[in-house]
Amino acid sequence: MLHIECPWCGPRDQSEFSYGGEAHIVRPTDPDALSDEQWADYLFMRANPKGKHREQWCHSAGCRRWFNVVRDTVSYEIVAVYRVGETPPEVDDAD
Amino acid sequence: MTQSRRTKYSIFSLARNAFSHHENWQVVWRSPPPQKSYDVIVVGGGGHGLATAYYLAKEHGISNVAVLEKGWIGGGNTGRNTTIVRSNYLWDEAALLYEKSMQLWEGLSQDLNYNVMFSQRGVYNLGHSLQDMRDIARRVNANRLNGIDGELLSGTQVKERIPIINIACRYPVLGASFQARGGVARHDAVAWGFARAADARGVDIIQNCEVTGIRREGDKVTGVETERGFIAAPKIAVVTAGHSSVLAEMAGLRLPIESHPLQALVSEPLKPVLDTVVMSNAVHGYVSQSDKGELVIGSGIDSFTGYGQRGSFSIIEDNLAAIVELFPIFSRVRMLRQWGGIVDTCPDACPIVAKTSVRGLYFNCGWGTGGFKATPGSGWVFAHTVARDEPHALNAAFDIERFVSGALIDEHGAAGVAH
Ligand SMILES: Cc1cc2nc3c(=O)[nH]c(=O)nc-3n(C[C@H](O)[C@H](O)[C@H](O)COP(=O)(O)OP(=O)(O)OC[C@H]3O[C@@H](n4cnc5c(N)ncnc54)[C@H](O)[C@@H]3O)c2cc1C
Ligand SMILES: [Zn+2]
Repeated sequence: MLHIECPWCGPRDQSEFSYGGEAHIVRPTDPDALSDEQWADYLFMRANPKGKHREQWCHSAGCRRWFNVVRDTVSYEIVAVYRVGETPPEVDDAD
Repeated sequence: MTQSRRTKYSIFSLARNAFSHHENWQVVWRSPPPQKSYDVIVVGGGGHGLATAYYLAKEHGISNVAVLEKGWIGGGNTGRNTTIVRSNYLWDEAALLYEKSMQLWEGLSQDLNYNVMFSQRGVYNLGHSLQDMRDIARRVNANRLNGIDGELLSGTQVKERIPIINIACRYPVLGASFQARGGVARHDAVAWGFARAADARGVDIIQNCEVTGIRREGDKVTGVETERGFIAAPKIAVVTAGHSSVLAEMAGLRLPIESHPLQALVSEPLKPVLDTVVMSNAVHGYVSQSDKGELVIGSGIDSFTGYGQRGSFSIIEDNLAAIVELFPIFSRVRMLRQWGGIVDTCPDACPIVAKTSVRGLYFNCGWGTGGFKATPGSGWVFAHTVARDEPHALNAAFDIERFVSGALIDEHGAAGVAH
């Protein structure tokens, strides 16, 4: 079970949160201008790294706000938590 | 090369070996050092990879093949799954693919000369709401139109057939679909049986040999980097389940795959109490009883991605709450072991078994929570795809382009928690 630190409410059990997948996927401003391949990439293709992952979580049973997390997908360690709109913290992807 | 390189398992070989205290059994497969090159390299020694190698040799006469496995064969999801086999998928494309697999299961022990303990004890998919029942009825009808067996049962009929079930629970059991030909098999035996039969036809099974890179020259592959050096091959068939994205990245490809932890657990052994498989998508739980007497229990994935082969305890808690509500008789059974695997989920809950944009590079992945049942069929169509450099009619729809064209095959109703 993960222990996640909500930027607004502090540390809570994972069961209060819902997972929102890869972070920093920007919705295309002009979808009509995209090719089918680019649209498919936006909709379906994911980084799915074995290592550090920048991802979205929502404190759905708490303040209901979205925020970002850097989590190691092997150890499940949460390396950093930052608010939507903030620059992702520098983390070493290698370790 | 034929199976004659192996002495056949039979009642006679059992008796003969008994005289020498079972000390002279032939090795089940060789462990040769890797050659410098092969016609085909299969990456991943799970059931699907081993089946691919076996059918390459058996159906297509391609036996200069290596299976490269980073750990031990069957040590991934193959040896961690809860072994449910069924073919009652909704859409024609998926139903026909899983049904091909079912037909191979039905003759597999004989074909491999290895007892995979395939037991057609039937599979129930429970419905707990009117919408569940409509979906189940629709699926049963679709199955029957495809020549796949299926029955629609009422709650009382379920209770008659499974006396220990509690149908008047919090989410009452209104009915179920039942596939009588469904059941379970022995997962390790599937890996070992395919390995032995592939080896007998000349396939090299190389364990402890992790692939660390895929070498490309222009738009085609030339071989793989491994922890035991470079191995050349004009065709690379990647079947690495939870690690598919990692392998895709080595070749500069992106996949619509996400890796998630999926857990299961078994109880202490009990006397026979449940002679079938019962699963419920709605309350997140399923259970069967192994030949050893253990209850084999599982549910859905952890929502977050992960390569850690372990998941969250809250999933187990919810899973057991559902099982105990459905089967109050199990409330004081003690659990013996719990573990996780890494499953490769695809947006439409269907696999990718296909060529890629790189010549000579093939991917078989995205089976998610439900690929064990597909092991023989997946190997069979993938061997065809690799040997002929084009898909078989049964897997043609399962390409990567469907995510561009939009021709998705939505099996979330038949897959999901039900594996
Ligand atoms: C808990 C659990 C329960 C399940 N229950 C069911 C069920 O009841 N019914 C069902 O049909 N399905 C079930 N599944 C799903 C099923 O197990 C999988 O879909 C299926 O086993 C995938 O087969 P595979 O051979 O592709 O994968 P695996 O057996 O995982 O094989 C992939 C292999 O690739 C190897 N590999 C990875 N990276 C590399 C590399 N770089 N170099 C070399 N080798 C590499 C791995 O070590 C592994 O052995 C379950 C899965 C889990 C985890
Ligand atoms: Zn909060």
